[in-house]
Amino acid sequence: MLAAVAAGGAAGGAARYGISLLWPAGPGAFPWATLWINASGSALIGVLMVCIGEGGRTTPHPLLRPFVGVGVLGGFTTFSTYAVDFSRLLDAGETGTALAYGGLTVVAALGAVWAAASATRLALRGRGPGPGPGPGPGPRPGPGSGRAPR
Amino acid sequence: MNWLLVVAGAAVGAPLRYLLDRAVQTRTVGPDGSDALFPWGTFVVNATACLVLGSLAGAALAGAASSRLQLLLGAGLCGALSTYSTFSYETLRLAERGRGFLAAANVVMSVLVGLGAVHLGSQVARQLLG
Repeated sequence: MLAAVAAGGAAGGAARYGISLLWPAGPGAFPWATLWINASGSALIGVLMVCIGEGGRTTPHPLLRPFVGVGVLGGFTTFSTYAVDFSRLLDAGETGTALAYGGLTVVAALGAVWAAASATRLALRGRGPGPGPGPGPGPRPGPGSGRAPR
Repeated sequence: MNWLLVVAGAAVGAPLRYLLDRAVQTRTVGPDGSDALFPWGTFVVNATACLVLGSLAGAALAGAASSRLQLLLGAGLCGALSTYSTFSYETLRLAERGRGFLAAANVVMSVLVGLGAVHLGSQVARQLLG
C-alpha cells in the first residue's frame, strides 16, 4: 500500500520535474508550467475518482487509488511550489502577475476537476445498457451509476 | 543525479502525505463517526509542505542550501508532500454536497495559510542562517 503510494509519487514527481526543465519560468515570469501541471492533475483526479466511486458494479483494483490518485497525481501536482511562486512574485513587486497567477491557478484547477468529473459521469452513463459506447476511460459501468461513498 | 534526488524525495513525500493526511483526518471525524466535514488532512499537509519549502527558499537565499538539497527536499519531498489535485477534488466534493461556504473557505484558507507558511519559513530560515 505505502509502496504503491511511494512508487506513484516518484513517477509523478519525476514527470513534474521533467516538465519544469522543459518549460522553465524565469524570475518574475508567470509560472505557466506549474499552472498546467496543477490544472491537468486536477482534471485527471476528477476522471479517476468518478471512475472509482461511481463506476457501477465493477470493483476497481484496491491499489488503483493509492497508486494513481494519492501517488502519481498527488506527486505530480504541488501546492507548495504554487505558494512559493505566488509569494516570490509578490515579494518581487510583480503584484499583478502574482494575483493573476494565484487566482488563475485556483480557477483552472477547480474548473478542470469539475469539467472532468462531469464529462466522466456523462460518459459512464452513456455506456450503460443504452446504445453506443462512450469515449470515457475506466471500468465497465453497470446500469445507472451506483454512487458509492469514497 | 538530479533526477535521482527528485525521485527519492518524491518517493518519501507521497507516502508521508498519505500518513499525515490519515493521522489528521481520523482525529477530525464527526461525533457519529462520519467523515469530517472539512478536509483538514490535505489542509495540514499542504501548509506543512509550504512551511518546509519556504524555509528551504530562505536557506537558499542565505546561501545555506545547496542545489542538491533543494532538488531533494524542494522539487522532490515538498512537491510530493503537497497536492493540488486532492485539494481541487475535495473542494469540488464540498461544493457538490451543497457546502459552498466550506468549499470557499477551504480555497481561501489554503491559499492564505500557504502563503503565510512560506513567508514564515523563509523569514525564520533567513534569520537563523543569514
